[in-house]
Amino acid sequence: MNAQSIIASADALQSWKEAGLRTISPEGPKVTVGMATCGLATGAQAVFDALSEELSKASCDAILARTGCIGFCQMEPIVEVFRPGKPRVLYGQLNADNARQLASDIVAGRANGPLAMCTVDGFPEPGPAPAIEGIPRLEELPFYRQQKKIVLARCGRIDPESLAEYIATGGYFTLWQALQGMKPDAIIGEVERSGLRGRGGAGFPTGRKWRFARNAAGDQKFVVCNADEGDPGAYMDRSLLEGDPFAVLEGMTLGAYAIGATQGFLYVRDEYPLAVERLRRAIRLAREHGLLGQGVMGTDLCFDVRLIRGGGAFVCGEETALIASVEGRPGEPRQRPPFPAEKGLWGKPTNINNVETWANVPWILSHGADDFRRIGTPTSKGTKVFSVVGKINNTGLIEVPMGITLREVVYSIGGGIPGDKKFKAIQTGGPSGGCIPAALLDLPVDYESLTQAGAIMGSGGMIVMDEDTCMVDVARYFLDFLREESCGKCSPCREGIARALDILERICRGEGRGGDLETLEAIGRMMKGFSLCALGTTAPNPILSTLKYFRSEYEAHIRDGRCPARVCRALLHFRVDPDKCIGCTLCATACPEHAIRGEKKKPHTIDEPRCVKCGMCHDVCKQDAILKE
Amino acid sequence: MVTLQIDGQRVTAEPTMTVLDAARKAGVRIPTLCHREGIEPYGSCRLCTVEITEGARTALQASCCYPVKAGLVVRTDTPAVAEGRTLLFQLLLARCPGVPAVRKLAEEWGVTSTPFAPRNEDCVLCGLCVRACTQLLGSEAIAFSGRGTSRKVATPFGFPTEACLGCGACTYVCPTGRMQMEAGTVARLRRRVAAARKCRYMLMGLVSNKLCPNNYECRACTFDQAAEFRFGTHPAFVLAAARR
Repeated sequence: MNAQSIIASADALQSWKEAGLRTISPEGPKVTVGMATCGLATGAQAVFDALSEELSKASCDAILARTGCIGFCQMEPIVEVFRPGKPRVLYGQLNADNARQLASDIVAGRANGPLAMCTVDGFPEPGPAPAIEGIPRLEELPFYRQQKKIVLARCGRIDPESLAEYIATGGYFTLWQALQGMKPDAIIGEVERSGLRGRGGAGFPTGRKWRFARNAAGDQKFVVCNADEGDPGAYMDRSLLEGDPFAVLEGMTLGAYAIGATQGFLYVRDEYPLAVERLRRAIRLAREHGLLGQGVMGTDLCFDVRLIRGGGAFVCGEETALIASVEGRPGEPRQRPPFPAEKGLWGKPTNINNVETWANVPWILSHGADDFRRIGTPTSKGTKVFSVVGKINNTGLIEVPMGITLREVVYSIGGGIPGDKKFKAIQTGGPSGGCIPAALLDLPVDYESLTQAGAIMGSGGMIVMDEDTCMVDVARYFLDFLREESCGKCSPCREGIARALDILERICRGEGRGGDLETLEAIGRMMKGFSLCALGTTAPNPILSTLKYFRSEYEAHIRDGRCPARVCRALLHFRVDPDKCIGCTLCATACPEHAIRGEKKKPHTIDEPRCVKCGMCHDVCKQDAILKE
Repeated sequence: MVTLQIDGQRVTAEPTMTVLDAARKAGVRIPTLCHREGIEPYGSCRLCTVEITEGARTALQASCCYPVKAGLVVRTDTPAVAEGRTLLFQLLLARCPGVPAVRKLAEEWGVTSTPFAPRNEDCVLCGLCVRACTQLLGSEAIAFSGRGTSRKVATPFGFPTEACLGCGACTYVCPTGRMQMEAGTVARLRRRVAAARKCRYMLMGLVSNKLCPNNYECRACTFDQAAEFRFGTHPAFVLAAARR
């Protein structure tokens, strides 16, 4: 390894910083494409290729760069255009064609076509960018107005593969200062004082967890980053790892120094190939430049990180199952105590934190615990990253201060429900979480409030549901997911989920019976108390919360044989409204079972016994003449 | 020695004991399916769940895995424990309606019927066989395969395995009588000739040199019977001590 490349002094950091600033704000124009998984899925690669082709054709000297996810999924692919001396402009919803147009605008020096979404401040320089008439600033967009970016600050702004850009935005200065002047105890004290709680779901105070691991007896200690994000609809950890991998590494290094660990493990699910690739690269770069390995930043600290790719079992997000999986055993949890802080990986004291928790650490130590405490509620400090998905206008990855209300998330940031439909429920915390109804929309988002409402904070997935969602079907869906993912070790979870799912499926088929709801509640109570791990104890949440807030919907299924949201197929009937039907034959052509008969220009009829209730007729009818009831 | 309270009784226990050990020592009944002396606790059947108060925290915990601590307050008869236990018995009865051991244990706890449809499985997935094989023998001839509802005990890839010594410990510990691993291995051993026909006690390492004179009719073997009589249990349980 080239000794020159080791970063072991303030001067070295400073020169890396300057190099990074030069690539963030180069002397010529720069075009940055958001190319995290979400961007790529909406065609960022085609946009990148089109830009690249056009710019090189015009032999324009603009630099073309990649970045992570800026969070506004609805507007992906997003491109940032930088011209020296001018405000940075973000362009949204690009495709290969309008990207070519954008490229020619850049070449010609024309500014800000109709695609311009907003202007954005330079990063890391502070201060508002000068405004451009007719284009809002990023902070003025409803989607961003109430957000507060701590851990996502760099996502979508820097090149996640560039160590220099990470350092230019303040990275590794915290570690340098901590290694120079802070005692491990002082670091733990600061994290304790900040009030940071685990972002993986349970919300255990991070500082206290670190202290347990530090005080545990053992010659070898480990730190682990849990990136086994598996909730349907959740992608906070993925975006963070793809957009800012060094922050997680720096957080882990700080934690390792504080706890006295010499080896770290990053447990990432293999379904995140881009995150794995970025992490591999980040770990390699950090090792090359003395930020990991023997003598971190020229000090005595020895700490290295190994990347472990998980096989995608949901239960491996549970810490004892994760430990088993890292050790090479089947991913099954074991009873705690002993907690991993005492006996973790290979029986050694181990501290496990979630990706977002680790990414908070450098910020807390650089800005101070007081600044962190100022954000949030009395019991939940700081910000929380959420992925807001489902029936919502602004799908996206958001970071908001704790204590923001669900209403603000759904209506201010999320922009409400598409098609002016009615909001029905918001599901937080993934399959282990619960559905919160419209009546509780003013609930502040913090650990205690959500738990009290029967949901959990979880790792940050939020699924918005509108009036067309059947809550029985939602509970059935999550239970089905959990049946697949329960490891099967303990009988309450294995048998309980299977039986509860049987009952839910029966209710959805219209074969519910009196007493079913009481049985579901009894199974739920039993699983909460008797299951071995958090997967089992939280598995009944989808049932219990929907039963609590939407009991009448269950009753309608059982008693009246009716699905109020018109989702459960077995309970649906399709009928042609003879007054509206103009006999266009569209439905008859679309019907896969040829169950629709009728002469042209005369009202059609549906042969109910042949109808498989696929809904095709309903979808193709332009007259709204197919009644679904 | 530590002192804790179980159902109002003051109980003293060795510090290495679990709450279940302490309760049984004090004569407090707690049902278990996956627990057996000499095999490490596993906490899978959860029938031994009790309410444990430690300081300000009260929670339901599996007593078989919970280490005793001074000052613990344990209650085995709260409504939550009783309700959950009954439901768990019903679920297990529905899984294995034909298994006498499950029926008998459930009956002892007042559960004689189940509202759930029978699944007619013969294995409760307690994992005793797997633990006996790996912990006592170090063989790893069987393990759990599959996940959740498709979890089952199997040999690697479902094929007969050379790792099985035919010791019969799995069959011995199985509470349901489902485990018949031995039989396949015995057939394999019978195909061996002369000096390869080692006695399973030799395969286990309990005797240094003994060939089978008996065509692996172990149950009819006087040596086998004498050994079991002497140990009072399956020889696999004394293996660790014998090897030492």
